Amino acid sequence: MFEPILTRNIHRPNSEKIATYLAHGGYAAVKLALTKTPDELIEMVKRSGLRGRGGAGFPAGVKWGYMPKGAGIQKFVAVNTDEGEPGTFKDREIVERDPHQVIEGVIIAAYAVGASRAYVYIRGEFFLGVKRWIKAIADAYEYGFLGRNILGSGFDLDMSVHRGAGAYICGEETAMLESLEGKRGNPRLKPPYPAQAGLFGLPTLVHNIETLACIPHIVERGPEWFASIGTAESKGPKIFSVSGHVNRPGNYELPLGVTLREIIYEHAGGIRGGRELKAVIPGGASTPMLTASQIDVPMAYETLKAAGSELGTGAIVVLDVTTCMVETARRLTKFFAHESCGRCTPCRIGSQRLYETLDRIESGKGTMDDIDRAVELARGIDGITFCPMGAMLVNPARSAIQHFRPEFEYHILNKHCLVCKSKERNYG
Amino acid sequence: MRNPQSAIENPKSRAMLLAALYIAQEQYGWLNPEAIRRVADRLNLTEGQVRSTASFYTLFKLEPQGRYRIQVCEGLSCYLVGGAEPMMDFISKKLKIKPGETTPDGKFTLEVVECLAACDLAPALKVNDELYGQMTAEKIDALLEELRNV
Repeated sequence: MFEPILTRNIHRPNSEKIATYLAHGGYAAVKLALTKTPDELIEMVKRSGLRGRGGAGFPAGVKWGYMPKGAGIQKFVAVNTDEGEPGTFKDREIVERDPHQVIEGVIIAAYAVGASRAYVYIRGEFFLGVKRWIKAIADAYEYGFLGRNILGSGFDLDMSVHRGAGAYICGEETAMLESLEGKRGNPRLKPPYPAQAGLFGLPTLVHNIETLACIPHIVERGPEWFASIGTAESKGPKIFSVSGHVNRPGNYELPLGVTLREIIYEHAGGIRGGRELKAVIPGGASTPMLTASQIDVPMAYETLKAAGSELGTGAIVVLDVTTCMVETARRLTKFFAHESCGRCTPCRIGSQRLYETLDRIESGKGTMDDIDRAVELARGIDGITFCPMGAMLVNPARSAIQHFRPEFEYHILNKHCLVCKSKERNYG
Repeated sequence: MRNPQSAIENPKSRAMLLAALYIAQEQYGWLNPEAIRRVADRLNLTEGQVRSTASFYTLFKLEPQGRYRIQVCEGLSCYLVGGAEPMMDFISKKLKIKPGETTPDGKFTLEVVECLAACDLAPALKVNDELYGQMTAEKIDALLEELRNV
């Protein structure tokens, strides 16, 4: 039985309050961190093997090391809580139920990279989360964990909450920085990376909220302990959001490397109605889907890549045999077409054409050419978009066709759905 | 006098734009031309800059809204457990409006939204800023009844 680390507090009553956090050992890591040098802390995070939990999986310690050194430069930390990847709801839980764990992580990170200000960007829809963070930050000031001369260390840090306003693309780090500056959330060209020129053109360390939640534990229990959890290239605990056709949807914190099978059948209680599994989206809507035969894959960065997918945000959507894969691909592609920021042509136009093609097939108006057209569109979009989110949008359609091509053909030939036939879902 | 250059010279003022739009929207109910103008004046931006930014974000409304904005999630996880379109159709019939419309009495606006990050509570919807999960026909009926009588 794995003992929760990041979610150990969330089921306590009043878990969002500073008194609860302090009563269970909270802010001890900050006290410890302030006795170390910034370089020692960066080294600890490097040794821990922690990789970003927002989707890209970049080594956190390396990112910290990219921040320019020296006291003369103003630097920032920006916390990314613009959780919008369909299927993902881990950040919502941390934001609402344990803000202080993240505040503690941010203080340590800011001290390590020499940042004097931290911006917490929270998805606009998380109204409760925003309210709780405003209170949590005020409390942290009152207890002397934020503000001037934190705990007598001479280190200063200010922190504020910024509410997003409904744009999936603002989960991309440079789009989030644009949004923090009060602009449309269009991604920036990289390089320069945020560590070189981020918010207001100044060096900025950007992390997902779950990544920062790991920091106090690494400081307190040591990088070797953290690195002892997980696989060769994927260290530490991970919160997996499980939804779809399972008996117990929810967030499950488990060590990286746990198999998809264990998550679905042991933790999430198996498939609803005892039905058979058909496919799984392992890391959020933008990661390629896997088939039922692939669920012995360990949930880790390297193993999912080898299996043809990605760990992404660790959001698992479970699809049983009653699911129409054409509709699944259509619905997810519609999402990406809607959320395209419109800046670059392959994403703006390509996503729309891809959606229309899938919509034709789904509604029984497609031709056999449409399957190849979808594949061709996906090939044309991938790799030439302005930001990585553009490239990811082809994954639902491409992986659905790759694994379930006969289902697409059936739709076209019979003008109705293979799996929905029992529901008498016929089309014109 | 508004100076379009000032936003470049003073990035911190521009950075307040989203927060200012939230305040204006709360005061006016939606971002009408007067709200846009006042935000532009206060932050020393052009109305074009303010409108362009506001139109990028789905939570900023450039049209009048009902008192209760019912936002039905049409994400994959909600669809898989019977939410999304069937739930939208159900509410649409009850309120006699289509998605995107507002009831003649100005009480309800019906809206399709993308994944609300509440897939564990699917099927989900929101009324203004409040999240409602694991919805059923009965729960929707009770919720609409309650809102009608407020």
